[in-house]
Amino acid sequence: MTILKRLLIGAASLGLATTIGLSAASAGDISGAGATFPFPVYSKWADAYKTQTGTGLNYQSIGSGGGIKQIKANTVTFGASDKPLKSAELDAAGLVQWPMIMGGVVPSINLKGINPGDLVIDGPTLAKMYLGEITAWNDPAIQRLNPMIKLPDTAIAPVYRSDGSGTNFLFTTYLSGVSDEFKDKVGADASVQWPAGIGAKGNEGVANMVKQTDGAIGYIEYAYVKQNNLTYLKLVNKAGKAVEPKASSFQAAASNADWKNAVGYYVILTNQPGTESWPITGASFILMHQQPSDADAAKTALTFFDWAYKSGGDMASALDYIPMPPEVVAMVEQTWADKIKDASGNPILKK
Amino acid sequence: MDRYKRRRLSNQLAVAASVGTTLFGLCWLFLILGTLLYNGLAGLSLKVFTEMTPPPGSDGGLLNALAGTLIMTIIGVAIGAPIGVMAGTYMAEYGRHDKLTKIVRFINDILLSAPSIIIGLFVYEVMVVWMGHFSAWAGSVALAIIVIPVVLRTTEDMLLLIPNALREAASALGAPRSMMIWQIAYRAARSGMLTGILLAVARISGETAPLLFTSLNNQFWSWNMNAPMANMPVTIFQYALSPYPEWQQLAWTGALIITFSVLILNVGARLIVARSQKNA
Amino acid sequence: MRVGIDAGPHFVPHVRGISDGMTEMTITANTAEKSTDQRSSALKRQRLNDVIFRHLTRASAITVLLLLGGVMVSLLVGSWPAISKFGFGFLATETWNPVTEQFGSLAPVYGTLVTAGIAMLIGVPVSLGIAVFLTEICPPILRRPIGIAVELLAGIPSIIYGIWGLFVFAPVLQRTLQPWLIATFHHIPGLNNLFAGPPFGIGVLTASLILAIMVLPFITSIARDVFETVPPMLKEAAYGLGCTRWEVVRNIVIPYTRTGVIGGVMLGLGRALGETMAVTFVIGNAHRISSSILAPGTTISATIANEFSEAEGATYTSSLIALGLILFFITFVVLAAARLMLMRLEKKAG
Repeated sequence: MTILKRLLIGAASLGLATTIGLSAASAGDISGAGATFPFPVYSKWADAYKTQTGTGLNYQSIGSGGGIKQIKANTVTFGASDKPLKSAELDAAGLVQWPMIMGGVVPSINLKGINPGDLVIDGPTLAKMYLGEITAWNDPAIQRLNPMIKLPDTAIAPVYRSDGSGTNFLFTTYLSGVSDEFKDKVGADASVQWPAGIGAKGNEGVANMVKQTDGAIGYIEYAYVKQNNLTYLKLVNKAGKAVEPKASSFQAAASNADWKNAVGYYVILTNQPGTESWPITGASFILMHQQPSDADAAKTALTFFDWAYKSGGDMASALDYIPMPPEVVAMVEQTWADKIKDASGNPILKK
Repeated sequence: MDRYKRRRLSNQLAVAASVGTTLFGLCWLFLILGTLLYNGLAGLSLKVFTEMTPPPGSDGGLLNALAGTLIMTIIGVAIGAPIGVMAGTYMAEYGRHDKLTKIVRFINDILLSAPSIIIGLFVYEVMVVWMGHFSAWAGSVALAIIVIPVVLRTTEDMLLLIPNALREAASALGAPRSMMIWQIAYRAARSGMLTGILLAVARISGETAPLLFTSLNNQFWSWNMNAPMANMPVTIFQYALSPYPEWQQLAWTGALIITFSVLILNVGARLIVARSQKNA
Repeated sequence: MRVGIDAGPHFVPHVRGISDGMTEMTITANTAEKSTDQRSSALKRQRLNDVIFRHLTRASAITVLLLLGGVMVSLLVGSWPAISKFGFGFLATETWNPVTEQFGSLAPVYGTLVTAGIAMLIGVPVSLGIAVFLTEICPPILRRPIGIAVELLAGIPSIIYGIWGLFVFAPVLQRTLQPWLIATFHHIPGLNNLFAGPPFGIGVLTASLILAIMVLPFITSIARDVFETVPPMLKEAAYGLGCTRWEVVRNIVIPYTRTGVIGGVMLGLGRALGETMAVTFVIGNAHRISSSILAPGTTISATIANEFSEAEGATYTSSLIALGLILFFITFVVLAAARLMLMRLEKKAG
């Protein structure tokens, strides 16, 4: 026993010593957490950035609610959220917020015989499905919008986000905007009490659940829909036209955004006017502390975001995200210089 | 039907039911292992052991997750096993009949079967919030808390099995108590105690819940114990729930690796005990 | 005198020197060569080591005590804001609304109890059947391998049960068992509510079935152990009177081991109540109480696992910790009862 135990103890101490020794010397990887909405593009950027510069970005997609919580608790260098915080909340927590990327939330289904883009749906009907009032796919309300398609009588399984999510916030904001009943009964927030359906974790979980369950419908960020060949729906927008989800319809919605006059860049892009606008578009935001406790990590992070603005556009477009327009990038970088400062009052990222 | 025939029939039915339930139980084992092999073997290649976890849409491996689990398991056992062994020693050697022992035995059973997510919550409140960030240290501590009851139980049980005659003979020769314990009791119970440690290792290798809010996860290689560290269970959790085929394949392969490692450890522990009993 | 030989090597009747730091002096049978001074200083050092070791072991035992105390205290402290805000209403409300910050534990607690209950309903008879098979019916050669095979079920990590449940089990159930249940009970009043609803595949029943499989090995191994404590003489007497195997099991083995079996069942129940990962994957995460067991629901541990890392705001977080406290309390009560029963059986067996 003694020899074996000594061996075990020896191995453990060696491992301990190595890790302690090496952890002191380990390089500054940036840590971030938050929204699952931009995760495909952030991880693509992180991979390219690591190849180029050797610095790693460890991004944990735990949901917007998680991102907000973790940056407030200062356990990560930056948080990511699709639900923008209002200026009062930002000031109270000492945070700065800016939009990094834009994209669309797309309802997708799993129904036999229906192909991507076949089915059309509108806001009020979608709201009724999630309220549990429409329960079968061959309901007259859906049939009316799709006179050419023979709908089966499969039961509708609405899938929603069980975790605190900015995608949730965007979707519920949209539904509250088009249906007063939804607004009264459920409301709009990152986490709500859903009256019907199944919960899944993350955009990934919802995509997975929809893929698995016959008759399911879920709301998912477009990159996930595209990457997994899910059956997306066409949505009737504010102008009354049924639009397909794609980069041009997201761009159309984003073109109306007034970033200049938004305090803290608080802009909601759902239900925008315009014949080509996709109704459920949104921006994904980054949150950082105005006075970060670790100035070096903050600088590394800001350098990464600067790189992403300048060189990440093509990668983002390949995944059907919309990069921020150059005017907004200039505004954001000015905000960095004005607001994100180290202990002695100097801006962390100097231009 | 006369009484005798009725009794015979009910006996046959009961025996059939009993065989049936055994087959029922065994079939689940084979179904699960079979599914793991079917889905996981396809992705099993050298790449899994040499490359890092990839971003979605790319190929990669599980090297950082395997390493992270290995590191946190070793440190968890390094922290938890000594405490468990020491406490078990107290209960079996010094305080066999005192009140503290009775209370600790009861509490140990509670801790042994406590939901591991509660332990994760506890370590989150005490370590993560206090330290200000997620860390592999917090993950290791959470695992250590799961190790302690297992090791304590087996240590105490093994030490209690040793006949007192051995102890008395040592004391009669003038050996001090601690020397007697190290030289006699530990050596006699050595295989059982090792089994306990192996079972604890097997148990914590697969635990996900305690790591969810303590060590989180990391997509890169990291030696840094002060930061989130990649680990197998949380990686499998993340990847399985994702819609990306490469990630899902890695999740199955990872599940295969973990399950079979744990099963081999379990069977190995059993063999060690069996062999030591044969030698005795 | 019979020397115990069931553990350890042969005892060699001399004490060898220890070189692991406890003491540096070798004690041999021939101590006349050492001077009295050297001997007394060695003895003093040994006594010091002895005292240190004793206190070290005692401190470790107390650490275990403090650990449990620490867990309870941190849960209480963490859940205090929720308890003071909602009071006992927390236990009776189904609402779980992060928007209005109204939380109630009824749905998760209901889910925890129902899934564990159904798991026991299915798992206990199967486990007892396996235990009876292994102790009474199985030929001795097969006993070891089958016993090991059943215990291997306990070794499979719970996340594996989760992903297997989600990707393999649930789709199969959605296509086979669930439609059959819905169709069969459709016209029976009362029971048709129990098995109503569209077949999602996941849900309360699926989670319960997986829990039943997970609990099998625990109850089986304890039942096996207690079945083997029945004195052979009792069984042989019954066989001698002409009893069939089933009658011996029913009238001798089970009544004799009743307390132990119940203890084992309660240990399995404790496991089922606290299981997290397997349930999180397949329960459907719906904070609702439905009459149908085919509907999605949630359990305490699944709720915590899903929502804790994103919970924002003191009320939300402390409500989750309050759920943890409730779970801890429930498992504590169940495990304490199990322990008492097992202790009572040990006393009876002498």
